Amino acid sequence: MGDFMDFGRWSYVAILVFVFLGSIWLEVFLRSRVLRRPKRVLFTIFPVLFPFLLWDAYAIGQGHWYFDESRILGIYLPADIPFDELLFFIVIPLASILTLEAVRSVKGSKSRRWLVGDETT
Amino acid sequence: MTYTTIGVLAVLIVVFFDLFAVKTRMVTRPIFWLSYAIIVFFQLITNGLFTGTQIVKYDGSAIIGGSSPADTAPIFLGDGRIAYAPVEDLLFGFSLILLSLSLWVFWGRRGVDRTPTSGPPIWRRNN
Repeated sequence: MGDFMDFGRWSYVAILVFVFLGSIWLEVFLRSRVLRRPKRVLFTIFPVLFPFLLWDAYAIGQGHWYFDESRILGIYLPADIPFDELLFFIVIPLASILTLEAVRSVKGSKSRRWLVGDETT
Repeated sequence: MTYTTIGVLAVLIVVFFDLFAVKTRMVTRPIFWLSYAIIVFFQLITNGLFTGTQIVKYDGSAIIGGSSPADTAPIFLGDGRIAYAPVEDLLFGFSLILLSLSLWVFWGRRGVDRTPTSGPPIWRRNN
């Protein structure tokens, strides 16, 4: 499974691009309107970074998981966290928000059964 | 602590956060579980890519299954793995997603970019 997707140093990032492209179309075709709420996106993703980068730092320090250094960018944050991981913790929450809002779009925001919890009524 | 232990703790902490700290109660909402079902399907694909192509490897002393092999893909299913990745990744992913969506709803409730709300899909008229 190693060769068909050899993007060299960009291999990790290529997977994130796959996730990003696989979710961002919801913004257009399902009108998820997530990017039109940039402050809320920032307020959501920024606090998520801290516990998960801390977890990442601990796991890397303990050797729970480790990376193929030839297929990550080679830029590191403190505690030997690959920069690619920071991108991961931005792209994945964004994709999950896009998914939630796309489901709301399809289900309609007026159905009681499908309430998200931020409705005013 | 092992990855297994931290994973279980993370899920418990984030569920507590959702239910009692910010009271967004995402885990009680059908829309969360339907969204999660969609997300976890793609998580398995993404995890499979990271782990099957050996960009990320795991130490057997931290997970239920054994260590990732040195120079070949791990088993696809079995030995504590699903789609090449340790089952612990499901705990990791669940806590990451629940925390993200709980915070998203929390800020919406607080009036931070509550609108424009999503929908309808472009194939439906009106609005």
